[in-house]
Amino acid sequence: MTAATTHPPPPRVRPPKRRGVEFSLLCCAVLCSMYGYAGVGLARSGAVPHDVAGYGAGLGLLALTGHLAVRFGAPYADPLLLPVALLLNGLGLVLIYRLDLETPADQAAPTQLVWSALGVALFALVVVCLRDHRLLQRYAYLSVAAALVLLTVPIFFPAVNGARIWIRAGGLSFQPGEFAKVLLAVFFAAYLAANRTALAHTGRRLWRVRLPAGRVLGPVVAVWLISVGVLVLERDLGTSLLFFGLFVVLLYVATGRTGWIAVGLLLAGAGAWAVGALEPHVHGRVEDWLHPFASIEAGRGPGQLAQSLFAFAAGGMFGSGLGLGHSSLIGFAAKSDFILATAGEELGLAGLTALFLLYALLVARGYRSGLALRDPFGRLLATGLASILALQVFVIAGGVMGLIPLTGMAMPFLAQGGSSVVTNWITVALLMRVSDSARTPSPGPGGDVPAAEPDVTAVLVPPVREGAR
Amino acid sequence: MTAYIRRAAALSLVLLVALLANAARVQVLQADRLDGNPANRRTVLSRYAEPRGDILVEGRPVTGSKDTGQLLRYERTYTDGPLYAPVTGHASQTYGTTLVEDAEDAVLSGTSPRLSPLPPWSGLAPGRRPGGRVATTIRSALQQAAYRGLAGRRGAVVALEPSSGRVLALVSSPSYDPGVLSGTGSEVATAWARLNTAPDRPMLNRALRETYPPGSTFKIVTAAAALDARVVTDVHAPTGTPDPYPLPGTRTLLPNEANGCADASLAYAIRWSCNTVLARLGVEVGQSRLLRTARAFGFNDPDLRIPSRVARSHIDTDMSPDRLALSAIGQYDTRATPLQMAMVASAVAGDGELARPYLVESTATAGGGLVGRTPRRTYARAMEPSTARRLRELMVDVVERGSGSNAGIEGAEVGGKTGTAQHGMGNQGTPYAWFIGWARAAGAARPAVAVAVVVEDAAARREEISGGGSAAPIARSVMEAALVPDRGP
Repeated sequence: MTAATTHPPPPRVRPPKRRGVEFSLLCCAVLCSMYGYAGVGLARSGAVPHDVAGYGAGLGLLALTGHLAVRFGAPYADPLLLPVALLLNGLGLVLIYRLDLETPADQAAPTQLVWSALGVALFALVVVCLRDHRLLQRYAYLSVAAALVLLTVPIFFPAVNGARIWIRAGGLSFQPGEFAKVLLAVFFAAYLAANRTALAHTGRRLWRVRLPAGRVLGPVVAVWLISVGVLVLERDLGTSLLFFGLFVVLLYVATGRTGWIAVGLLLAGAGAWAVGALEPHVHGRVEDWLHPFASIEAGRGPGQLAQSLFAFAAGGMFGSGLGLGHSSLIGFAAKSDFILATAGEELGLAGLTALFLLYALLVARGYRSGLALRDPFGRLLATGLASILALQVFVIAGGVMGLIPLTGMAMPFLAQGGSSVVTNWITVALLMRVSDSARTPSPGPGGDVPAAEPDVTAVLVPPVREGAR
Repeated sequence: MTAYIRRAAALSLVLLVALLANAARVQVLQADRLDGNPANRRTVLSRYAEPRGDILVEGRPVTGSKDTGQLLRYERTYTDGPLYAPVTGHASQTYGTTLVEDAEDAVLSGTSPRLSPLPPWSGLAPGRRPGGRVATTIRSALQQAAYRGLAGRRGAVVALEPSSGRVLALVSSPSYDPGVLSGTGSEVATAWARLNTAPDRPMLNRALRETYPPGSTFKIVTAAAALDARVVTDVHAPTGTPDPYPLPGTRTLLPNEANGCADASLAYAIRWSCNTVLARLGVEVGQSRLLRTARAFGFNDPDLRIPSRVARSHIDTDMSPDRLALSAIGQYDTRATPLQMAMVASAVAGDGELARPYLVESTATAGGGLVGRTPRRTYARAMEPSTARRLRELMVDVVERGSGSNAGIEGAEVGGKTGTAQHGMGNQGTPYAWFIGWARAAGAARPAVAVAVVVEDAAARREEISGGGSAAPIARSVMEAALVPDRGP
C-alpha cells in the first residue's frame, strides 16, 4: 500500500465485520428466551405471563446495549460470542423464574435481571474503553494483588453452608472469588508471556525432564500456593480446582512442555487426596459422590446429589417440559449450583446437549481468537479465559450429574448469582476484545502484512486463502 | 504455541464428550432405575397431580377430589364416607389404599394401560392418564337400609343378587369417614391413631375381613350335604335322633335350645333349629362329604376376591366324629365371614349354583369409555337343584312358622335361617346374632336378593340376643328395599 513496494500487493480484502449476523442472532436469542418464559407460564397457569413483553424488552435492551457497544468498540469481534452469552443468560433467567414459582417467598429472577444488566453494562464498558487488550499486560502485578485480596477477604466473613466465600454487606452478598478468576487469568497470561522462554529453556535437567529454574518458577508457584491455600481455608474446592486447572493449562500452552502436565497432575492428585482425606467438608462430598444413595439406605431420605440425579433421570430424552418438572425437590441451591438439574429434567437430554454445545461454542470461539492472535499475551489470555469457561462448566456439570465429586460453583450465565453473572460478562467482553484484535486488519502504515490473520480459517490454511483471492 | 492451544482445545473437547456421555448415562441408561428408586418422590407427586377417578354407586359418584394446592395436590374426598367406607376403603396420601380404592387403584389413579386409547404394545402411551371411573354393583337403597338397621351396633350386612353374584350391599358397623385419612400431616396421623386404637375397631371391614362362628346358619350347609348324599330322602320323615344327643366317642350330651327335637324330621329341625338332628346328620354324612359341600359354598378358600380380598372362612379338615358333629352345627372351629354366609343363602336361592360374588360392575375412562366389565361367573355348584328347591321350602318354613318370623315380608316369598352363635371361654361371650335369607317378589321367577346379617350386640342382655330378634328385622328391611323395582341408574 505504500510506495516502498515495487510490486503492488494483491488487493486487500477487508474481512467482513459480520455485525449484521450478530444482530440477527441476538434477535433469535431474545425470541428463544421469550418463548421459554411464555412456555413456563403456559405450563403452570395456562396463560402467557402478562409481563412476557416486559421481559423480552428488558432482554432486548441488554442485547441492544451490548450490540451497540460492540459496533462502536470492537467492530471486528467474533459475531457468535455475544448472542451465545445472551441466550445462556436469558435461559438462565427463564429457569430461575420457573424455580421462583416453587418458592414464592424467595424471588430471585428480578435480582438476577438487575445483575445481568450490570454485567452487560460492564461488558459495554470494557468493550468500549479497553481499546487494546495488551494494556492489561501492564497491570499484571496489580491484578494478582487484587485477586489475592478478593480471595482473602471472605475469610473474615461468616461461613455460608460450610464455605467461606461470601461477602455480605447491606443485604447484598457476592463471591469475590468469581472476580479473582479473571484477574488471575490476566496475571498468569502476562507473566507467562513475559517469561515463557526462560521457563521453557532454562533449568537443570533431571534424567529426561528439564526442571524449570527456580527463579522464574518461584513467583508462579507462590501465587498458586497462596490461592489454593486460601481456597482450602475457605473450603471452596471447585474454585480451587478451577485455578489449578487454569494454571496447568496456561503453563503448558506457554512452554509446550509436557513435563508440566505430569507435575500438575501429580500435584493435583496429591492435593486432592490430602484434602479429600483430611478435610471433613470435602471428604463428605467425595463420599456423596461415591455413594449418592447412602443416605436413602440409612433411612435419612435422598441427599442433594441423589435428588439431582433423580431430576436428570426424570427428564429422560426430551424432558418434562418447562415448568412441569419437580427439580425443586433438590431444595437448597436449586437455583444456583443445581440449576442444571432443572434444565436436565424439563428440557431433557436433548435440551441439555444443546446447552453444552452452546458452552462449547463459546469456548471454541475463545480458542479460535487465541489461535488467530500473534501476541503471546493475547493468545494466553484468550486460551485462559476459554479454559476457565470450559473447566467451570465441566466441574459443576460433572458434579451435579455424578461424574466427579460435587463442588459448589455457579454454572456460567445460567445459575443464580450476581458476582458470577457479572464476571462472566466481563470474561465475554475480554474475549470480544481479543477476537476483535485478532480479526481487525492492520490500519497502520507499513501494515501490508496484517497484524493478525483476518480469519481463523486463514490460520488453518494460510497460503491458499491469500493466493486464491 | 498454536499447537499447544489446539491441544488445550482438544482437552476441552474431551471434557465435553465426557459430559455428554455422562448425561446419556444418567438420563437414558440409568433413568429407569433412578425413576424407580423408592426415595424418588416424583412417582408420588405425579400420582396426586391429577384428580383421582371416582367410584360410582348407581351411576353417582360417592367420592371426589379436592385441590389442596400443596405439593401433593389432589386429596380424596367422600360424599357419604361412613356409609360406603366398607365398599370404597380409603385412599390416603399417608397410609395407602384399601378395598376398591386399592383393588382398582391402577384405573382410579390413571396408571392402568387399559385406560390408554392405544394398545399397550404400541409403546406410545407411557405415563399417566386422567383417572378412570369404577362403577360398583352396590344399590344405595339396600346399603342405606342395612346401615340404618345396624344403627351403629357392631355387625355387618352383605346382600347379593343370587342370579349374578352382584354385591348389592356391603355394610360394616361401626364405620368411619375415610376422608379424614386422605391427606398428610398431623391431623391425619391423629385420626389414624384414633381409628386404630378405638375399641370398636371402625376400620375393620367386618363384612369381608372378620370371621364369626356361623352357628345355626351353618345348618343349611349340613342339610344340603345330607340331602345331596341321600342321607335324608324325605325331609318330613323322623330322623330318629335322641334328645339330648351323645356326641360320638364321648360322654358329652349335646342339648337343644328348642323343644320337640327328639326324633324330629329335618324340616322340623331346620324350622326350630334343633342342634341334635343336624349334628347327627353331619356325622352320618361324614367329614369328606361335608367338607366337599362346604368348599363348594366357599369355605376354606383363601383366594376369594370381589376384587377386594376376602378373609378365609374356615372349617376344620381333620376332625374326630364328636368335633365333626359340633362343626356341623357351626360351632367348634368353624368360622365364616358375613359374605360367606350370604353366599350360602345365595346358592340356595340360585338353584344350587353359586355365582361368584363381585363388587365392581365396570370400569371406564374419565371420558366414560368402557374399559372393562365384570362378567357373571359361576363359583361352584354347591348342591343339586332339587336339594336347593327342598331347602328353599324349609327356609320359607323358618320364616313363616319358625324362628325367623321377624323377616317376613307381606306379598313376597322369604326364606331364612336364624343363628345365635356362642363363643368365648365356656361360651360366656355375648352371642352373635345371625340371619341369612333370601326373598322372591310375588310373581318373580327367582329370588332377587340373598342376605346375611350378623350383629354382635354387646349392649343387649344375653338372653335377648337371637338371630330372629336382632338380625332378622335388619335382613327384612334390606330385602324389602331389594324387592322395590330397580329404577336403575
